[in-house]
Amino acid sequence: MKRLSLSQAFAFILRRDLLIALRNRSELANPLLFFVLVITLFPLAVGAEPNLLARIAPGIIWVAALLSSMLSLDAMFRSDFEDGTLEQMLLSAHPVPVLVLAKVTAHWLVTGLPLLLISPLLAMMLGLDEGAYGILLLTVLIGTPILSLIGAIGVALTIGLRKGGIILSLLVLPLYVPVLIFAASAVDMASGGLSAMPQISMMLAFLFLSLSLSPWATAAALRMSMS
Amino acid sequence: MWKWFHQWGSPPHFYRRAGKWLPWLGGLFAVFFISGLVDGLVFAPADYQQGESYRIIYVHVPAAWMSMFIYMVMAVCGIIVLVWRMKMAEIVLISSAPIGASFTFLALVTGSLWGKPMWGTYWVWDARLTSELILLFLYLGVIGLYGAIDEKRMAGRAVAILAIVGAVNIPIIHFSVEWWNSLHQGPTVTKFDKPSIHWSMLLPLLLMAVAFQIYYVWALFLKVRAELLQRERNSRWVEELFRS
Repeated sequence: MKRLSLSQAFAFILRRDLLIALRNRSELANPLLFFVLVITLFPLAVGAEPNLLARIAPGIIWVAALLSSMLSLDAMFRSDFEDGTLEQMLLSAHPVPVLVLAKVTAHWLVTGLPLLLISPLLAMMLGLDEGAYGILLLTVLIGTPILSLIGAIGVALTIGLRKGGIILSLLVLPLYVPVLIFAASAVDMASGGLSAMPQISMMLAFLFLSLSLSPWATAAALRMSMS
Repeated sequence: MWKWFHQWGSPPHFYRRAGKWLPWLGGLFAVFFISGLVDGLVFAPADYQQGESYRIIYVHVPAAWMSMFIYMVMAVCGIIVLVWRMKMAEIVLISSAPIGASFTFLALVTGSLWGKPMWGTYWVWDARLTSELILLFLYLGVIGLYGAIDEKRMAGRAVAILAIVGAVNIPIIHFSVEWWNSLHQGPTVTKFDKPSIHWSMLLPLLLMAVAFQIYYVWALFLKVRAELLQRERNSRWVEELFRS
């Protein structure tokens, strides 16, 4: 058997995970549906007054994105953990953090990217200021990978547990706070006609920080869970 | 130094040594706590702005300091666990978590009680209160994760990773909450505008801070000893301990 190079291994895992997701359409649709549903609940709960909705739209969209990304986290390693693929990944000759990064990328493409595509529609329904659409898309584009990266650590820590769901949210949500703050306020700023560059820069900093640290923490946590 | 490190890393040694320290720590704590409390509540002058109600600072501030200090201790223990696989560090880490959570809770409660006369409400989404609340969630996450994993050696490593991840995030969370707060609210009433605090007020604060530190070590030793007995209940040294 011929040995895969590192980039081939990365591409292989990415392709495999995407293929599994595509064959399993309902899992693909669930986080998206959840996102739309949560946002639908808000006008029903706080009233359909356009001014109010437009004002709280950035917050609603981001809280919904946070929750939806958190709910889909468990799928990142669950089936691989159950059928032993994860064990093979840890045993392989390639550095685990890189393989983890491939899985996180696949997870983001499956759960984060659809949010990016649907968020302008929801922003329109909530009556967000039109000038803020670009910034909203930018925050979702930068923010959701951070959520997947941080979430990966939490999933890796709780993958061995039978009832990991509640504990996962307890672990992951406090760590999501900075993303929520900066993303929502960036959209807020943009809808007020101000520059959102400081927030966007901070989010980019978070992205690179989590990109460089999270795969290692996730790999360590996976090794712990498989021991 | 390494010898000392290794000795404290051995459960029976820790158990015996900590047992000898306990009464001393308890006594020292009582001395500092009582003198700090009496000094703070009786002898320190009233604040010219806040009157008598500022005196809650003597519980609030040391508790808030401890809440952060203990998380740092946990993160350091986490590194020791991951690098040297030291069992004692695991136990110290997980025994610290409830104490740290209690201090955080105490800081939150005293903070909101202080907020009532100062700000007119028990809770404001002040930057410090909010980040303290998130710190409480981080503590509860550590406790919850440890409780959820049955295999305790594995649980020890899991919380070690979590403690380190949390420690990396605490400054980020703290900073972003502060930034969020300055953006969303205008300048609120700041607690202490004064550049410095008079020594007659500072002295009881320091006494209380030392008292809380000693209390932490004391409570930690008690918890660690109990945890040791439970974990090592099948080992020879525990058996010998109970036979004699």
